[in-house]
Amino acid sequence: MASAIDLTPSGLPGAAGQSRRSTSWITLAAVLVSLIALLPLAFIVWTAIQSGWETVLALIFRARVGELLANTILLVVVTVPIAIVLSVALAWLTERSDLPGNRWWSWLSVAPLAIPAFVHSYAWISLVPGLHGLWAGVLVSVIAYFPFLYLPIAAALRRLDPALEDAAAALGLGPWRVFARVVLPQLRLAICGGSLLIGLHLLAEYGLYVFIRFDTFTTAIVDQFQSTFNGPAANMLAAVLVSCCFVLLAVEVIVRGEERYARVGSGAARQQQRAGLGRATLPCLLLPAGTALLALGVPFVTVGRWLLAGGADVWRWDEIGLALGQTLLLAIAGALLATIAAMPMAWISIRAPSPLQRLLESCNYIVGSLPGVVVALALVTITVRVALPLYQTLFTILFGYSLMFLPRALVSLRASIAQAPVELERAASSLGRPPLRALWSTTIRLSAPGAAAGMAMVALGITNELTATQMLAPNGTRTLAMAFWSYSGEIDYASAAPYALIMVAMSLPMTWVLYVQSKRMAGR
Amino acid sequence: MKYALSTLAGAALALGLIAGPALAEDAGIIVYNAQHESLAKEWAAGFTKETGIKVTLRNGGDSDFSNQIVAEGAASPADVFLTENSPAMALVEAAGLFAPVDADTRAQVPQEYQPSTGKWVGVAARSTVFVYNKDKLKEDQLPKSLLDLADPSWKGRWAASPSGADFQAIVSALLQLKGEAATTDWLKAMKDNFTAYKGNSTVMKAVNAGEIDGGVIYHYYYFGDQAKTGENSKHIGQHYFKNQDPGAFVSISGGGVLASSKHPKEAQAFLKWVTGKGGQEVLKTGTSFEYAVGKGAESNPKLVPLADLQAPKVDPATLNSKKVIDLMTQAGLL
Repeated sequence: MASAIDLTPSGLPGAAGQSRRSTSWITLAAVLVSLIALLPLAFIVWTAIQSGWETVLALIFRARVGELLANTILLVVVTVPIAIVLSVALAWLTERSDLPGNRWWSWLSVAPLAIPAFVHSYAWISLVPGLHGLWAGVLVSVIAYFPFLYLPIAAALRRLDPALEDAAAALGLGPWRVFARVVLPQLRLAICGGSLLIGLHLLAEYGLYVFIRFDTFTTAIVDQFQSTFNGPAANMLAAVLVSCCFVLLAVEVIVRGEERYARVGSGAARQQQRAGLGRATLPCLLLPAGTALLALGVPFVTVGRWLLAGGADVWRWDEIGLALGQTLLLAIAGALLATIAAMPMAWISIRAPSPLQRLLESCNYIVGSLPGVVVALALVTITVRVALPLYQTLFTILFGYSLMFLPRALVSLRASIAQAPVELERAASSLGRPPLRALWSTTIRLSAPGAAAGMAMVALGITNELTATQMLAPNGTRTLAMAFWSYSGEIDYASAAPYALIMVAMSLPMTWVLYVQSKRMAGR
Repeated sequence: MKYALSTLAGAALALGLIAGPALAEDAGIIVYNAQHESLAKEWAAGFTKETGIKVTLRNGGDSDFSNQIVAEGAASPADVFLTENSPAMALVEAAGLFAPVDADTRAQVPQEYQPSTGKWVGVAARSTVFVYNKDKLKEDQLPKSLLDLADPSWKGRWAASPSGADFQAIVSALLQLKGEAATTDWLKAMKDNFTAYKGNSTVMKAVNAGEIDGGVIYHYYYFGDQAKTGENSKHIGQHYFKNQDPGAFVSISGGGVLASSKHPKEAQAFLKWVTGKGGQEVLKTGTSFEYAVGKGAESNPKLVPLADLQAPKVDPATLNSKKVIDLMTQAGLL
């Protein structure tokens, strides 16, 4: 393995030897993390083998699984295209047209991310009490998740070289055909990536679909968990859900293709010109305004209404303070752990990439795409059967969070390590620092901003996490999301409102970081 | 590296300071609570106030906790288990994980509200009820028996929360009273006829809003809502099946002390308090509107008296939750 990641730095012979040794330590750490990350998958395979072939077949091939499969597939197939059309239209209006206030609309198209999906659903169900079924699911899902598509599409649109469009126009294509044949194909990567992210969220989300009474695999797994704790039926549903995740990942790889999207030609790309909307300005304004009304107006109005109805009584400060403290603790500690766990892999992927490394890295992404309920189910059963001292401990829940949110930390870290010159590490080594310290005083420090952004993303995920938290939390834990869920389950919507508000208030700064980062990536 | 370590140590220390009061505190006795959170909180607060013993609640549902305790076995961190219904207690009892309840605690509860084995006691009770929208159904259109709801004429007109332990307890009574074949048929017909909601409160809310004609839930949701704003129960009528019908089933909420408890004395004291004067008084004066079961204890005067409900005789120790879940999974309800 050491040969695969030979660094051969140009420093002193001694330093080189030491450095190689430290590299193999880092590799070892990365391999370990990746193998541990595979635990939930291994668990599902193991339970399938344990339950025996007949039980597995009886539990998977039954009418209920068919219903759930139909529901889940319909949800993905209907929601994703609508979200794509909406996001492309919004991104074009905010990035490529002279829409008045386009910077504001751009931020308002990202801001819905700060509202947890189950709060969106809670808002809609209190506004339209009878809302349920597939179309309700599609409506709320699009509203809650479209920013995952909007962000990359808007970033890609910003970076497009206008010369290609000019060439197409010069060859006689009208503006619509230029868009369809030149712009849209260049958005392919952004659309694929965003769609995958939305698809995975649709598979994993629980709270959103419970409110509007739409059964998916994830809600059914939780139902089974609540009826049997860790029975084989829940595990087999989890196996089908994991297969759905794999199908999504595979579809994305196929659709993404391997075409080249970099611009050819020397010099910097010209600034794009914004298209004049002219008389269409007013109708075009309706789209971002309507979206903002549905995605931000509805939650804020309903939460506000419940807060007014509840008055001072619903602000039970001792309870809220405790939940806030515990949520912060879990979010910060989880983010720290996930970032530390991601560091070796991030470093190797930049400094010593190899086929093996790419394989290991993909393990992390696959597990990150698994729904929280699957990861939690695996960890509960494993700890209760073979690692009892770890059962219901802070460690296990943080471990679970790390598995679920590692990819978020990895992506940010990798980008910022890539920007730290390797020469600094070598210089520090040649000046006599031991390898790990050399690494610490150069690359790790330089990657701090990326690490911070990654940690913010992980913390955001943990703050709004519900199912895994409920299953893994140590005794006496009550996070904001758990308190919100428990009150809204008793139809005490007013008491749930302060928790919704605090979760949104905590998520807003992190969403802002995300927004600013995406602008910076595009060089603006 | 030294910096790295000191920074990490600093971060850990800071976290410890935040976490200290939040998580590391002495937990006292740990109660796996499947009862309503608000009721258990009142019980815990009253008990702590009187005895100084701290109580930590882990909240969940009947079925997940009972199966969880069985999976945890002797290593269970729980000292006390409180449920809403009996089948979950029967499951833990069958696994041999309960310590016998103290004799003076058992003496506080009438025979009919505890199992003959003495491994757990009733702490409260609740009755099955058919809630209906008064604008949509007249009294003479109401079902005479729970079994009537299997009739095709009820297709699309009634609701329930099949994933909840409450409804599963009602099915377990049906299983006990009418046998497996009749229960399977009824569940199959239910799958065709009913609409699933998550949670009994949600069922009542939907019936109240006229989304659906009626629903099978427990009696106290109506009273709880009336005591608050009444917004979700304005149009609700409560129909008790009576006549020893399976739908007249009264479910006993149980409490038991785990054999593996590390604080057996405190845990027994808690159970004694809950079934005693203080705990049962909370049922009468609080907002849970569940029936009190202690000897000489009175329930809230707004409720139809327990004695008038003509509930079928079901031995709580015989209710089989595992079989019910299998049957419901087979019928496609779970």
